[in-house]
Amino acid sequence: MTEPLQRMEAASKLLELKNIDLSFGGVKAISNISFDVMEGEVRAIIGPNGAGKSSLLNVINGFYHPQQGEIWFDGKQRHSMKPYQIAYQGIARTFQNIALFKGMSVLDNIMTGRFTHMHKNILWQALWKGPAEQEEIENREFVEHIIDFLEIQAIRKTPVGRLPYGLQKRVELGRALAAQPKMLLLDEPMAGMNVEEKEDMCRFILDVNDTFGTTIALIEHDMGVVMDIADRVVVLDYGRKIGDGTPEVVRNDQTVIDAYLGVSH
Amino acid sequence: MSADFLYTIEVILNGLMAGVMYSLVALGFVLIFKASGIFNYAQGVMALFAALTLVGIQTGQIPFAHLINAIFGTNVHHFGWQVPTVLAIALTVGVMVVFAIIVERYILHHLVNQEPIILFMATIGLAYFMEGFGEIMWGSDIKTLDVGLPSGGSLWLEEYTLGWAAEGERYYGMYLDKLDMVASLVAIVLVVSLTIFSQYTTTGRALRAVADDHQAALSVGISLRTIWVIVWSIAGFVALVAGIMWGAKSGVQFSLSLIALKALPVLMLGGFTSIPGAIIGGLIIGVGEKLFEYAIGPLIGGATENWFAYMLALMFLVFRPQGLFGEKIIERV
Repeated sequence: MTEPLQRMEAASKLLELKNIDLSFGGVKAISNISFDVMEGEVRAIIGPNGAGKSSLLNVINGFYHPQQGEIWFDGKQRHSMKPYQIAYQGIARTFQNIALFKGMSVLDNIMTGRFTHMHKNILWQALWKGPAEQEEIENREFVEHIIDFLEIQAIRKTPVGRLPYGLQKRVELGRALAAQPKMLLLDEPMAGMNVEEKEDMCRFILDVNDTFGTTIALIEHDMGVVMDIADRVVVLDYGRKIGDGTPEVVRNDQTVIDAYLGVSH
Repeated sequence: MSADFLYTIEVILNGLMAGVMYSLVALGFVLIFKASGIFNYAQGVMALFAALTLVGIQTGQIPFAHLINAIFGTNVHHFGWQVPTVLAIALTVGVMVVFAIIVERYILHHLVNQEPIILFMATIGLAYFMEGFGEIMWGSDIKTLDVGLPSGGSLWLEEYTLGWAAEGERYYGMYLDKLDMVASLVAIVLVVSLTIFSQYTTTGRALRAVADDHQAALSVGISLRTIWVIVWSIAGFVALVAGIMWGAKSGVQFSLSLIALKALPVLMLGGFTSIPGAIIGGLIIGVGEKLFEYAIGPLIGGATENWFAYMLALMFLVFRPQGLFGEKIIERV
């Protein structure tokens, strides 16, 4: 292979994990997992309960630091970083058990998503005129755009704690989107939703992928959903990778079927 | 109007203004508690330390003079200059910011995710350390704080209200302390600007976000460490304001750190997580204890102000433990 070609291939990998090992004390959560996420794709991570999916997301997001292995993001190797620094690198996420700011309005919640784009220092903000005001207005415009996109205009001023579960999930997606991330991590975006809400959420995820070109890695239990929206799927079981490929390939993989049907290890 | 009625109004007004002083201290507690879940026992000592530093800088005291003299056998106490009040206040704010950075770097940072009781113990340690440190730095004598605030009663008000009483009654006009009035104004300005700051600025939003959910705050790029430094700086600033008001009223002395104890009943009334709660709680306690002393005090031998606030707080603990404005704690079984 010639050199330019190699570089092109490297550039199209947005995220690459190499031989990741993560343990808590004596408990091994993830052992020797390697996989990559290509720019612009929807990548699903599936597996039975306790397979290490959320741990993996937390590694990508910087909440956990793996004992072994390399993480490459956007062409650069990442060395031990704080979660907030990773947000600045362009990774945004949602949580399995919704982590919104419950006392704040929908608008304020999504505005916090713009945090990495607001640079005026605290003294300007204290004056509340000039550059800080300008910045606030620009970011507010962007947030209104997100609100339109997610069709939540009607609840802009409502405190998030009062919203039903499905809408909270949508607001959380909005907050992550507001950061204009290069990569979006979704931890069970459809858990606990009814069919209609699930369909809405699927549509939003695909729309985000299409219109903004955002790369998406998501954990999901609903196989139907995963097979519909994912470009490629990685399957975990007991902290190991047992399958990787297009939905078609994974669906027919005997090891994967065994893991889901509970064949003894 | 009868003299009794006028006198009751005077008691209420005085109570409101005393309450504002309590609120000023309670405010510092609420800020830190909201952002980090820490009950900062050192808030009162911070007010003392800020006031000591302000007087020290203003009068050109040499820090650690006693220590220097003891070690080197010298006899230095003052630089021999006076620093203008505004500059001295600005420098003191700077000192409180440095203090916030040190607290975050050397205490909070190492205690992340510990039990609240451990953090509480750490602030007790911090309080005693600061008290001793303040003494070594600025000496233990009582200092007068003069930042140009007015003192004494308002003569104008006394004369103006003199004619209000009914004909023939013994009434000498309404007495309100000018310093208390200034303190009330300052407190109102402080609360309004803090509220605006937290509602409408990026950092304010970040503060509220951290108060609500640490993990989510991290995931949108908010650095908890920066926020904690900001919160402790603001609490240090509030402590300075409280220190100035109390110091101007009764001198800067080490018993100033005990005003923190007066903030406790205020917090129990207002709730630990609510800024308006701290204000209202302070006002209720201020008015309550003055009225109680005025109406019931003489019947039971007086000096009710020493315990009234705590008794009121105790009653609140029984009937409404989350306070007037605190978040109700509901746990699922």
